[in-house]
Amino acid sequence: MARRAIPIAAAQPRSNAFDYLSTKKDELVGWARKFSLFPYPFVTACCAMEFMAVSSSPYDTDRFGAALPRFSPRQSDLLMVVGTVTHKQAPILLKVYEQMCEPKWVMAFGACATSGGFYQNYAAVAGIDRIIPVDIYVPGCPPRPETVIDAIMMLQDRIARDHHPIVTETF
Amino acid sequence: MLTAALEAMRERLRGGIGEVALVRGMLVLDVEPAVLLRTVGDLKAEHGFDLLLDITAIDWPGRTPRFDVVYHLYSTRHFLRIRLKVRVPESDPTVDSLATLFGAARFHERECHDMYGIVFRGNGDLRPILLYEGFDGHPLRKDYAKQDEQPLVRYRR
Repeated sequence: MARRAIPIAAAQPRSNAFDYLSTKKDELVGWARKFSLFPYPFVTACCAMEFMAVSSSPYDTDRFGAALPRFSPRQSDLLMVVGTVTHKQAPILLKVYEQMCEPKWVMAFGACATSGGFYQNYAAVAGIDRIIPVDIYVPGCPPRPETVIDAIMMLQDRIARDHHPIVTETF
Repeated sequence: MLTAALEAMRERLRGGIGEVALVRGMLVLDVEPAVLLRTVGDLKAEHGFDLLLDITAIDWPGRTPRFDVVYHLYSTRHFLRIRLKVRVPESDPTVDSLATLFGAARFHERECHDMYGIVFRGNGDLRPILLYEGFDGHPLRKDYAKQDEQPLVRYRR
């Protein structure tokens, strides 16, 4: 069966403006979601300095729609775990993650959040992926801003290519 | 100043002080547990050591008595530091609390109790301060295994 032509022409013959265009739901939702990442900064350690650097003007993550931090997990969809998570901190991290609404993504920012870094002892969790699922890992101690921006862009690509499940019966 | 203070201390304590050394310009006293409170009280009242900097411990596995409890005091008048060491055995790691002399001692002693299991007689509040309720053992003791984790949440894998 031949594919139907996608109507992108103007509905009214005399208007040059596009009145409608068609796309795939997943692409549309993915496009919207990838440019409206509201991060929740779960900042526990020295990586915070690098997080501030990457948020502020020279590197400016606002270009990617991912700079306005929401300090409520209920309003955010990107959990950035910045720094070492200790066993004492772990229940708090889990609670924050569970309070976030779907869809949600998690970034492990820096060596400690990724793997525990050089902390191999009684106090530190050896990587937050032991507690919560992680979508993207950013290496470095601390990571350079370019690394973080690369990670955000990779995450955006992934969101754009992702399947976004149907929200309601009609959509 | 240092030698005068030392001689006066010796005179007063009459044998309570063991080894005395001058390490990098800092006076180090080995003190018997029985005279600790009196020694620190004297240092504070008569020699101007009015600031308690730290209370910690050292674990010497294989030595008896096993632990050194270490105190650092500072004199804001004479700009001098002094270090006191008290030896306590593993079977009864108890020393007197300095809480009556220095309010700051309470938190230092709580931390020292967390990490080494030293019991401070007279400190009524030795709840965990850096560790959490239910933590078993004392992580800075040399016989605490390095990889021994006590997670509070269930691991995914």
